[in-house]
Amino acid sequence: MSVKSLENLSLEELAHKIRRHTIEMTHRAKASHVGSSLSMVELLVVLYTKILRVDPTNPDWPERDRFILSKGHGCASYYAVLAEMGFFPVEWLETFYQNGSRLAGHATHTYVPGVEISTGSLGHGLSVAAGMALAAKRDGKSYRVFCMLSDGECDEGSVWEPILFAPQHRLDNLIAIVDYNKIQSLGRVEEVIDLAPLADKWRSFGWAVREVDGHNFGEIEAVLSQLPFEPGKPSCVIAHTVKGKGVSFMEDKLLWHYRSPQGDEYEAALAELNGHDHENRIH
Amino acid sequence: MDTIMRTAFIDTLFELAKEDPRIVLVVGDLGFGVVTRFMEELPDQFVNAGVAEQNMTGLAAGMALSGKIVFTYSIANFPVLRPLEQIRNDICYHNANVRIVPVGGGMAYGSLGPSHHATEDIAVMRALPNMVVIAPGDPVEARLATKALIEHQGPAYLRLGRAGEPVVHSSTPDFEIGRAITVRQGSDITLISTGGLLHETVQAAELLAETGIQARVVSMHTVKPLDTEAVLAAARDTEGVFTVEEHSVIGGLGSAVAETLLEAGVYPRYFKRIGLNGEFSSLVGTQEYLRAQYGLDAPGIVATVKQILGIEPVSIIRARG
Repeated sequence: MSVKSLENLSLEELAHKIRRHTIEMTHRAKASHVGSSLSMVELLVVLYTKILRVDPTNPDWPERDRFILSKGHGCASYYAVLAEMGFFPVEWLETFYQNGSRLAGHATHTYVPGVEISTGSLGHGLSVAAGMALAAKRDGKSYRVFCMLSDGECDEGSVWEPILFAPQHRLDNLIAIVDYNKIQSLGRVEEVIDLAPLADKWRSFGWAVREVDGHNFGEIEAVLSQLPFEPGKPSCVIAHTVKGKGVSFMEDKLLWHYRSPQGDEYEAALAELNGHDHENRIH
Repeated sequence: MDTIMRTAFIDTLFELAKEDPRIVLVVGDLGFGVVTRFMEELPDQFVNAGVAEQNMTGLAAGMALSGKIVFTYSIANFPVLRPLEQIRNDICYHNANVRIVPVGGGMAYGSLGPSHHATEDIAVMRALPNMVVIAPGDPVEARLATKALIEHQGPAYLRLGRAGEPVVHSSTPDFEIGRAITVRQGSDITLISTGGLLHETVQAAELLAETGIQARVVSMHTVKPLDTEAVLAAARDTEGVFTVEEHSVIGGLGSAVAETLLEAGVYPRYFKRIGLNGEFSSLVGTQEYLRAQYGLDAPGIVATVKQILGIEPVSIIRARG
């Protein structure tokens, strides 16, 4: 995968760019879920620059790898990655949430190239992904289906139905990635519905599981380059992440599940991200 | 062939699937003895999702978005109400080629109780964008609807009976999704029926004929999109329009017909929705028994028609019945 405008950017620089977009988008839109968007930036950047076989100039290419953002509420950074990859103009990001925009507050496929399916209600994506993976198997196609879930989403019973189903059908072309940022809507995951030991749960259902630092590019790429982890088994990546990652005062704070960066907080967040840019000597 | 609606569906689907590898049947661990041949002879086009209707429905959407024509199959409310949000978001929003097929529409599973009575499904499905709603009136219509759904683009709901719906059509009628079939001519009133009550409705028309009332019978196998021309013609050509459905009168065929008439400004002299009154059944019994108790068998339909026409009190009809 190579996109001209990105060729000179390091992964770190691209991630910072995505974070800047995310802060600007959620600020302009007065939108929630900035923390959920920020926690999966490294995962998205590695997926779209290193792993996914996709073609931004031909988003409906039949042999493409499928990516489903089941945690559709985190779509700000997802839209930003798609735009920077060239699926649609970066200017569209300015319209996020706005009247007449294509970019709704949850990942939406209509008129947005690169968005595989619309999501927004939790607990839907993995079943659809499993259906796509099953169809690929039956048709002898080599594409893979990736599905990004949130941790809070795993409270939904409907998540565990495809977790049961996929190993039964040996869907080793299916990859679930859990953005395990440990905070959900009303509290810390361990205080709401504790998922631990999450990797063991998936493993006991028949998935091949790897755990990674979800902010470490090298680790993420190394793990996602080994798919499938075991032939005949679906793969699960438990990505340990930090909600609000990249903006110090948002990190690991429940507040930033819903709060939108405004006023001084917006300025401070941008200043912090721009500081990173200066460190990286790009302007 | 075509003696049982459920069999008409599965046999037709099996024959079509043998020729068209895009067709996939996904079941929710139900259909013992019914889907067996499909499962054994076309294993690559069959999936048992287990007792997990939400996953069944999401899987179906994913497969449909990968080029398949997917039929989900289970009984009564299970493939409909349980995974309603998957139907709305994953299937309808993506205009995916999934056909949701419940067997046992209405009170076909009578004695099993209200958990198994699919009596609000048409209303719910009708409200969903992109969804086409079909309730065949007999096994012949079930076969024709199944065929028509292969070429149809987008989601559809195919509400089947279970067993025992008699064949109404002695020859193969012209079948088109969204186009009603006139089963019996009549100039006095029109009975518009959807689903498995078609036979009772035809019988009701025969009984009414004995008392000098000539009833047109229209099989409205497609509730959405509704054949508004047939509805308006009924109201213009005859004195009264009666809808007949094994479903709540709230939101089903009767509501669709009423909406059409009122918005068109065409007011029949008599209008009545014949169906269930929107309460859970408090009675236990077979479909036949429950239909009779709730006035949905031929004598019950006749009684309601006459009451609305002001001809005879219900009690007289009942006593004669």
